[in-house]
Amino acid sequence: MDPDTDIGGAHQRFPVTNQSAIAAARSEDQVVRQRAFDTILNSYWKPTYKYIRLKWHANNEDAKDLTQGFFADAFEKNHFAHYNARKASFQTFLRTCLDGFVANERKAGKRLKRGGDVNHFQFDFLSAEDEIAMQAMQANDLNAEDYFHREWVRWMFTMSVDTLRQRYEASGRQVHFQLFEAYDLNDDDTSVSYASLAETFALEPATVNNYLAATRRDFRRIVLDKLREITATDEEFRTEARSLLGVDVK
Amino acid sequence: MKWLSDSKLTHLRAVVGNPDFSGTKYSFVKELARGGMGTVYLAEDTELNRQVAIKVLSTPEMTEDLRRRMIREAQIIARLEHPGIVPVHDVGVLPDGRVYYAMKFVRGERLDEYAAHTSSTRERLRKFQAVCDAVAFAHAHGVIHRDLKPQNIMIGSFGEVLVLDWGVAKILREAKTEDASEADTLILPAVGDNQTIDTAHGTVIGTRQYMSPEQSRGEIDQLDERSDIHSLGAVFYFLLTDQAPSDGRPRAVNPKVGKPAEAICLKAMAHARSQRYDSAAELSADIGRLLDAEPVSAYRENAYEKVSRWVGKNRFLVLLVLAYLLMRIFFIFTSRS
Repeated sequence: MDPDTDIGGAHQRFPVTNQSAIAAARSEDQVVRQRAFDTILNSYWKPTYKYIRLKWHANNEDAKDLTQGFFADAFEKNHFAHYNARKASFQTFLRTCLDGFVANERKAGKRLKRGGDVNHFQFDFLSAEDEIAMQAMQANDLNAEDYFHREWVRWMFTMSVDTLRQRYEASGRQVHFQLFEAYDLNDDDTSVSYASLAETFALEPATVNNYLAATRRDFRRIVLDKLREITATDEEFRTEARSLLGVDVK
Repeated sequence: MKWLSDSKLTHLRAVVGNPDFSGTKYSFVKELARGGMGTVYLAEDTELNRQVAIKVLSTPEMTEDLRRRMIREAQIIARLEHPGIVPVHDVGVLPDGRVYYAMKFVRGERLDEYAAHTSSTRERLRKFQAVCDAVAFAHAHGVIHRDLKPQNIMIGSFGEVLVLDWGVAKILREAKTEDASEADTLILPAVGDNQTIDTAHGTVIGTRQYMSPEQSRGEIDQLDERSDIHSLGAVFYFLLTDQAPSDGRPRAVNPKVGKPAEAICLKAMAHARSQRYDSAAELSADIGRLLDAEPVSAYRENAYEKVSRWVGKNRFLVLLVLAYLLMRIFFIFTSRS
């Protein structure tokens, strides 16, 4: 049995909050700190895993161990509480910590399995591997920093799309999401137009416009909410928003 | 979770952050500037193979009526053909329903950037006079700008002055038709009862430091040419002091500012509309007089100032007469001795 398959799946155990998890990581309260760590973990585990796989050329088993080990180490030693927003973005800080961790592990010649065979965190490594396989078909001449950033953007957008889908399903706006999926997420059919969607969904073209505009606004809001959770300061939030969406946020 | 390819990531960023130009002849290049009423993008006109600036108006709750009115405003502005007004090439609606219009992409620098390296008062006055002339032209065609500020004025590569961003302009009335021979005179159909089109009723539109008191109070019905004249006065204040208007008089900020220049500025920026210049053309004329060292309408000179100005204007003649007199005195003394 492929060991990938026995590792968790998509999970929604992370609480939604608009407060900065980076700031909360310094909290004296163990519960608050744990919640902040979960948020950071959820936002960064996949880019971290892919980064280790592709930029540190680790095989999937080592990459899994290193990802688990990195976050377990960060949690045990409360590394994220030491982040200083004046020195760098959180993303840069995390990647620098990760590089240091992997380099040290390699130097020590360890092959980690923290706490024996126990996985500390439930990660869907299988989906990450699928994505790496699909990405192999795309051009990839990015440097390490840009690669990590791009994968983080991809993960942020993926999570936001999932949140959007859940919210729209819960509120009975499936058509909105289906339009968004067909026009903005669909890679297969490039002939989709507003007019063809209007015909397919038996809607007025103006309604397609309005639904898509509203859905994109909600999507943008969700992305920004997620971003606010994992940035430490307003300045960092604005900088990351510009980098993520190309927009100025007040 | 569905995997998002690189092309979908790019697309999502474009449709969420940037306008979706699909279905138009433009392709997105980059964002140029962002303001309260919209965002300006650099785009490629794929048919004519040239770069254009596209303003996409930020009106999330766009109704059909509002869309129609905004398009017509853009069409009216597009017909303001003047060397000092940036030409509008095209107007349309994006797939998401937002109105855009494509303008000439002006290469150059903004007035505030220009002022940062141009200390010559005369040069600044000439540029400002060109701005007044462009605004006067628009006023003559029944259009007020409503957001005049240094950031909306460009100095082109050849020194030409262009007033940008007519996106919040207001159409006051039909164009004046006294010059019947003018081929491009605007003849607008009547619009409602009050003959005006408001972009946003009761909303404060513009940039507070440069807007008139009535505009900052959101009294859109009260806006007319004199509101733009107040903004022109504020731009003039900036050119005199290198600062955005504040409570201080220009001379308090920059003691080198002459009294006539300060008087022009304060008259244009008068709190009461009735005390301002009646037209941008009048303001332009006063700037012209200032450049020619002539008395300006905004300032009553005393005898000493009149003489000083006359001496300043005729410096060469005065020096010649003084030299002649000194020579005469010298000869009188030498002949006596």
